[in-house]
Amino acid sequence: MKTKVVMILAWRNLWRNYRRTFVMLAAVTVGVWAMIFMSALMRGMVDQMALNALETFVGHIQIHQQDYRSDPSIVNSMPSPDAQFQETLDESVAWTERVRVPAVINSERESRGVTLMGIDPQREAAMSFIADGIVEGRYLENSEDKGVIIGAKLAQKLDTRLGKRIVIMSQDPQNNIVDKGARIVGIYKASLSATEERFVFMDINIAQKFLGMSNQISEIEVRGENFRKLDSLNAQIQQQISARPEQELESATWVELDSYLDTMLGVMDGFVLVWMIVVFIALSFGLINTLIMAVFERTREIGLMLALGMRPKYILNQVVLESIFLLALGLFAGTSLAWLSIKPLESGIDLSVVAEGMAMMGAGSTLYPSLTVKDMLTANVVVITLGLLASLFPAWRASRLQPVNAMNVS
Amino acid sequence: MNAVECKNLTKKFKQGDVTVTGLDDVDLDVEKGSFVCLSGPSGSGKTTLLNAIGGLDRPDSGSIFLANEYLEKLGKSELADLRLRHIGFVFQAYNLVPVLSAKENVEFVMQIQGMSSEKRSELSMAILKEVGLEGLENRRPSQLSGGQQQRVAVARAIVSEPALVLADEPTANLDSSTAENLMDLFVELNRKRGVTFIIATHDDRVMRRTQRLIRMVDGKIVNDEASSAAA
Repeated sequence: MKTKVVMILAWRNLWRNYRRTFVMLAAVTVGVWAMIFMSALMRGMVDQMALNALETFVGHIQIHQQDYRSDPSIVNSMPSPDAQFQETLDESVAWTERVRVPAVINSERESRGVTLMGIDPQREAAMSFIADGIVEGRYLENSEDKGVIIGAKLAQKLDTRLGKRIVIMSQDPQNNIVDKGARIVGIYKASLSATEERFVFMDINIAQKFLGMSNQISEIEVRGENFRKLDSLNAQIQQQISARPEQELESATWVELDSYLDTMLGVMDGFVLVWMIVVFIALSFGLINTLIMAVFERTREIGLMLALGMRPKYILNQVVLESIFLLALGLFAGTSLAWLSIKPLESGIDLSVVAEGMAMMGAGSTLYPSLTVKDMLTANVVVITLGLLASLFPAWRASRLQPVNAMNVS
Repeated sequence: MNAVECKNLTKKFKQGDVTVTGLDDVDLDVEKGSFVCLSGPSGSGKTTLLNAIGGLDRPDSGSIFLANEYLEKLGKSELADLRLRHIGFVFQAYNLVPVLSAKENVEFVMQIQGMSSEKRSELSMAILKEVGLEGLENRRPSQLSGGQQQRVAVARAIVSEPALVLADEPTANLDSSTAENLMDLFVELNRKRGVTFIIATHDDRVMRRTQRLIRMVDGKIVNDEASSAAA
């Protein structure tokens, strides 16, 4: 009953000075829109950076021989997954196996240290950027393809080009030096030039023969539905690993494999929150001013209500509720506006004019804003929480008025 | 039996460097069901005494016993509850809530008392009819004349049948006819329902209708006598 009258008073008082209310409402709406819109842009950029990083041979989950991560040599390899293990892996979105060894590549003029990747061309196309990254020549075709693919930057460093022969040197499991000549059949571009300089690709069967690895591999990379939700998939893989103790395998998610990326995502979450709080603090000055003025203009009425027997806490609730109504309207309008302005941009914003800068950050030249429920909820919670705190001072002042003094204010 | 007992009430105000005496050792007992008028010139302490009795302001010293409570012992919220349950106020400047209609203003006290909406509606419509405002219940205060607003304020003060009504210059802004009607209403309530009235006024029309006339000067009661209306 009391709550109802307090709500009626708060709502009607909000519209007494409707111009002031509309100005404040516009400020809250624009503030909330800015919070969510900018968060979506930042989130989109970070997600793209993360996806690019994960597509650069990190994946969502990797499976290795237990010592491989501390010593990534050919000695610490593992067998190809058996049929039962493959059944579990087939439940993921995609997976592939690779040979990954350090090697030296020689052209007619230069030599460079690289990472040699033996890949299954078909499976790899679904996992990493490499199939789409070919800018000259072609991608590996089948298991009989004896060609290699190198990065554009590496080709430049080696002073070589498409169709030229190179020699690759590495170690076999007995620590003997092995080498192999191959022709460059494709040149790729990556978002980071360091990637182009580092990775050289050949067919996995050719690599295994050349390195004398039989059907041994260095790693299995698995992709799940969502890189932030891998617990269930990882548990299934762990189960398969536990069933094969003699193989001494382990699995690791991208969080363990690329702790820098994980930290960067965490920092970005922090930035989003700080951005929201900063925007709201700017807004809160207007909110406090509006409420103080509203209380000041109604001092006599507040005195009257106290005189008639309304408890001070209901006066406090009335002012706080007025603030909540204002914020709720602003949140609804701001969130709707943000949704309406982000949806048409979800197909991507062309940033090709700053493509190089974006590439340096590990992002592409098209920005895909990412509107998440979490960011919308965070913006709403931040605004309501801080709004309540901001309204407490004017509300407290109103509740502390002495009836007789308040009613004598002219 | 007394509705109000005041003992040794003292209240001083600071006005710049000057200290003004609002109440100077005032003793006052008001019997239940009586109709009392406080008169005296401006600044004599009438409003100060009403505010102290109503728990709207605290005296510097002395005690007030009302509704089985010593007001000086009550906190802010307890005082608010006491005003809500036992006292009806009529102020000189009407003091209605501008965002509420006439009916909602009348219902305001009952609503914070926790009365059901059906009961509130029934009582408020009946009292508005009694004060001659039938048909105007949905008007906001700004759509009512001064006299109509004062009648809404009176309706609000008496609708929940408080034991005590404190009225401060209730006729100051009313024309003669409206003032007479208002006094008729007060007298009727006093006689029929036994409501105790304490009215602070300069208005002879009011003083003529009361049973007991108390005259104040400089914060002191200088005269306290039964008036002609008592006879």
